Amino acid sequence: MSKQEWPLYEVFIRSHSGLSHRHAGSVHAADDEMALSNARDTYTRRSEGVSIWVVRSDQIIASDPAETAAFFEPAEDKIYRHPTFYEIPDEVENL
Amino acid sequence: MSNRAIPATYATRLGDNALVLGQRMIELVAASPELEEELANANFSLDYIGQARMFYTYAAECEGGGRTEDDFAFLRPEHEYRNLLLVEQPNGHFGDSTVRALLFESWYVLLLESLTQCADEGIAAIAARAIKEVRYHLRHSSQWLVRLGDGTEESHARVQASLDKLWCFTGEMFVADELDDAMLNEFNGPDLAAIELQWQKNVAAFVAEAKLEQPDDQWMASGGKQGKHTEHFGFLLAEMQHLQRVYPGAEW
Repeated sequence: MSKQEWPLYEVFIRSHSGLSHRHAGSVHAADDEMALSNARDTYTRRSEGVSIWVVRSDQIIASDPAETAAFFEPAEDKIYRHPTFYEIPDEVENL
Repeated sequence: MSNRAIPATYATRLGDNALVLGQRMIELVAASPELEEELANANFSLDYIGQARMFYTYAAECEGGGRTEDDFAFLRPEHEYRNLLLVEQPNGHFGDSTVRALLFESWYVLLLESLTQCADEGIAAIAARAIKEVRYHLRHSSQWLVRLGDGTEESHARVQASLDKLWCFTGEMFVADELDDAMLNEFNGPDLAAIELQWQKNVAAFVAEAKLEQPDDQWMASGGKQGKHTEHFGFLLAEMQHLQRVYPGAEW
């Protein structure tokens, strides 16, 4: 019998303390509702999250690893783009 | 029955339902069709076993006789178990387990909802914890019912057969015995007649959404609440209790 794999979904979870969703991993699922359930059962059983997003992996537009140099390296020598010359007060959270 | 004996016996019965279904689901560990389903099943079974532990521990506390949760689980013979016949039915195929879960959980959710309002604080507190888990379980089983029923020709036929096969075990859930009456009258416990009406409505909606046919009214099996079980139950207990029976008091 041929085994047909369910589509892959990427799972993003927003944790209690986090402000944005972070990639947690992926699950297989036959439909969107199942993907949400599977993500919940796989990644949030130890109260890791307060919100889950799932998205079909084939719907994600990703950058091409072969183009890494052209995409990212031009930024690396421009240190003035990074706010590294400031002292951050301790009271500032979530920066 | 003394006042504490009613919640003690009732909590034991609730624990029996949870433990036996949990044990059935444990039997499926490493046998799920997909990895994600495996995790869900294992987690759900642990939810049920956790509920059984709470109910047994509370029953022991009400009794005040020094029994522990383990005595309830591992040292009682078949006829002292008062779980519904439905939960002890064998796993069968995935559709059978799904239908068994759906029929039970549709009832159990309503029962727990009612128990959160009952006059026995211990049972009400456990019910309030358990209901969050069971609401999620029901979401899972009802989605699978729709997926299978409204799926392929084969999945539809197989899950319809599961529904037809297990339907005769649903009547027992609504037949109140002495203990149910005592809980209702003395502790503001669940009214099984009201739960039956709501259950029928909810299950009919799931069945319709899954494009399945609800089985006709028929003869209903009963006996679980009196400790008269189906032939499958002895095997379940034998496996679950084997270690404590052969090595009494064994720990690890």
